Amino acid sequence: MAPPVQSHLRRLEAEAIFIMREVVANFDNPVMLYSIGKDSSVMLHLAMKAFYPAKPPFSLLHVDTTWKFREMIAFRDETVRRLGLDLRVHTNLEGKAAGVNPFDHGSSNYTQIMKTEALKQALDTGGYDAAFGGARRDEEKSRAKERIFSFRSANHGWDPKNQRPELWSLYNTRIRPGETIRVFPLSNWTELDIWQYILAEQIPIVPLYFSAERPVVERNGQWIMADDARMRFLPGEVPQMRRVRFRTLGCYPLTAAVESDAETLDDIVREMFLATTSERQGRLIDHDESGSMEKKKREGYF
Amino acid sequence: MTEIVSPRPVVDGHPASELFARKDDKGILRFLTCGSVDDGKSTLIGRLLYDTKRLFDDQIATLEKDSRKFGTVGDDIDLALLVDGLEAEREQGITIDVAYRFFATEKRKFIVADTPGHEQYTRNMATGASTADLAVLLIDARKGILTQTRRHATIASLLGIRHVVLAVNKIDLMGYDRDVFERIVGEFDAEAEHYGFATRVAIPLSARFGDNVIGQSPNMTWYQGPTLIEHLEGLELEPGVDRPLRFPVQWVNRPDLTFRGYAGTVASGAVHPGDTVVVARSGQPARVERIVTYDGDLSAAETDDAVTLTLDREIDISRGDVLVPADARPEVSDQVAAHLIWMAEEPMLPGRPYLLKLGTRTIGAAVTELKHLVEADTLKPLAAKTLGLNDIGFANLSLAEPVAFDPYDDNHATGAFILIDRFTNQTVAAGMVRFGLRRATNIHRQVLDIDKASRAGAKGQRPSILWFTGLSGAGKSTIANMVEKKLHLMGRHTYLLDGDNVRHGLNRDLGFTDADRVENIRRVAETAKLFVDAGLIVLVSFISPFRSERQMARDLVEDGEFIEIFVDTPLAVAEERDVKGLYKKAREGQIKNFTGIDSPYEPPMAADIHLDTTAHDSEALADQIVDYLIGNGYLPG
Repeated sequence: MAPPVQSHLRRLEAEAIFIMREVVANFDNPVMLYSIGKDSSVMLHLAMKAFYPAKPPFSLLHVDTTWKFREMIAFRDETVRRLGLDLRVHTNLEGKAAGVNPFDHGSSNYTQIMKTEALKQALDTGGYDAAFGGARRDEEKSRAKERIFSFRSANHGWDPKNQRPELWSLYNTRIRPGETIRVFPLSNWTELDIWQYILAEQIPIVPLYFSAERPVVERNGQWIMADDARMRFLPGEVPQMRRVRFRTLGCYPLTAAVESDAETLDDIVREMFLATTSERQGRLIDHDESGSMEKKKREGYF
Repeated sequence: MTEIVSPRPVVDGHPASELFARKDDKGILRFLTCGSVDDGKSTLIGRLLYDTKRLFDDQIATLEKDSRKFGTVGDDIDLALLVDGLEAEREQGITIDVAYRFFATEKRKFIVADTPGHEQYTRNMATGASTADLAVLLIDARKGILTQTRRHATIASLLGIRHVVLAVNKIDLMGYDRDVFERIVGEFDAEAEHYGFATRVAIPLSARFGDNVIGQSPNMTWYQGPTLIEHLEGLELEPGVDRPLRFPVQWVNRPDLTFRGYAGTVASGAVHPGDTVVVARSGQPARVERIVTYDGDLSAAETDDAVTLTLDREIDISRGDVLVPADARPEVSDQVAAHLIWMAEEPMLPGRPYLLKLGTRTIGAAVTELKHLVEADTLKPLAAKTLGLNDIGFANLSLAEPVAFDPYDDNHATGAFILIDRFTNQTVAAGMVRFGLRRATNIHRQVLDIDKASRAGAKGQRPSILWFTGLSGAGKSTIANMVEKKLHLMGRHTYLLDGDNVRHGLNRDLGFTDADRVENIRRVAETAKLFVDAGLIVLVSFISPFRSERQMARDLVEDGEFIEIFVDTPLAVAEERDVKGLYKKAREGQIKNFTGIDSPYEPPMAADIHLDTTAHDSEALADQIVDYLIGNGYLPG
């Protein structure tokens, strides 16, 4: 039984819808970055609302590193089919041909090549002038300062010290050819808002968010799942079955699971109230050093 | 290092939905914190996040690590590091941009804008204030009311914030002294009247130790008022639904021939199926048929709801139109008086064309008259010709077309605007409409029987402006003069407006500051437009150094009537020639603001005709222009 949607969620919903309509009314060729996670699921749900009874008038873009969980890819294809949307999938083929992977190349290099570079390639190839992303300001300190309409130079760089002032809901959508805007309709949502909204609206999410017996190894105090035969084990590591789930989803070798018995949305939200670690704890790439997100973003990471 | 453990709420066996069932669902409160450098803004927000249990263990671990590296409070945890996000800020120990933070209590969700205190970042405070319902003005108990405090109160007031909290911080350093607190509050209240805040609550607190932030302080039993969080949770906001309907159309939804809906967010008031609305600009009426949403049709849409309306008949409506009740319409005018907060390094120049975005409408606009500059700490009006970064001004603006608006204090959503530079695309100003100017409403354009086409037809030519731009001494006047002679011999009707000559008459009251240069070009462009209307081929020979003003001249006439001619002579060559000896004087400092020396020249990015004076003589260049006119059909027969 879904609880009634609270007034603060209705306001966040209306704000996101306004932002999405503003993009469609002002840009020639927008695209929505679809990363398959819970935030993307909420963003897509909001897009279905914003343009109803029309379908969202833009494509979805998934940057596929080829190291995503298999269940994510299955969920992606099912979602696109169910909603009747257009999906573009882009992989950095040079990186793939060179065999770039999270084990041999280090998380930082791997992310740069298979995510950041791949994203830039996909945006350039598609000629998109605006790209929606599901990032939230509460995720990380440098995100807290980013505009909702965030300007990117022709080479996709972000200059945090030279951001356009953003007042009221009067978003400046003007750009020159080659420049782009990244748009974050969920800027003012928190992780808890996301889960409350998923619960209230009964939005489908990848089953990996729910607890189940999964094959994992313990590495540096974190549970890493062996999702397919490409997993490399360190000496002494033997996969064991544990009841785990994911609070955040990415490339499986770089995404840690948490031990949990939460099998329903209701369970997950209750767990959220008790949580003592932030969701990005499970993201191995954020911990290289404090301030590492800001560095990645300057280089064009989403 | 002090050990801290993040307290978590106790949850046992309740379904999640019950956890969310807030006792009192008061929605969202947006507020901003402002104060001088070191008043403790970031520490206060860190304290709110920490005490409302929104911090996770790994964030606390990072905080402990960062406190050791960058901390400014000795061995203690430095809560300010939680919110000082960007690397440069952590190193300098200051906040340089607006950061948004989130926390929630049982009653409310809060969005906090943490805005910088030092003057050069005033634009960021205005940004944070634009979406805030309340402002927390931080005052260091040791220092009392400062110029910055007044400046922040002014900006909060200009941006229509109705509620303020006077947070007298660091009271611990003054021995929790009641007299200190009351003296500061008294000083503020003595000046507070002209800010026009609806509520003002003063709270003595210590962000560092948490006194009166969440819980009552045991150190200040003399204080009986609410703690900060109690006040924020309890504040009642004026509901927007009591005001007349304003529905700015954002996007026309036409998935197929059977559906036509107007998507938008209700800016104020409410709308129901069956209501009669009118398009504010044209006055055309229609009845609302349905309020369409993904979750089904609604029986009413209220303020802040994002919906799609369908109407009972087809009338002309596009993005930027506003649907309103017939008996409570907004003003419609192309002349408004407004406060401006200037946000760009590049100064505001009266007459320069900008883009203005108000609601969902974006149109051309220019400041016609800067009435005065507002001194932010005293609110005194000062005479000024331009506005620089962080200046506040009161000005008249002229818009390219009539726009529907309300005074900002009546409705922020239909009275706020931004100005955008047409070339850099930067947001250069925030504006708040105070009132419309009736001037334009009552001066209706005369419709004349003989029009431009008939005048041009009688002369057998396509009227146009040949706009010569280039450095002083580039050869503009020489070539323009030659072109006019050639056209005259061909029996064409022409007129030449020369920069120097016009400055002896029409523009003799203007100097050479940037502001005067803009006005100089505006007048010449308007004059050239009249001559085009008379059917003439007008040659304009002006340095006209700025792209914006050349664009303005182009926009005044119809497509194809403006031919930009770039007389391209490199500075070194023009200076070497120095026919009038002006460069020498400029180099010696006898002439100020000389283009190319101490005032910029912005070359055209895509001139219609580009003349290379280093490769050809004037005669050949004049022929190049005449050939262009013949080739493009300006000289038929």
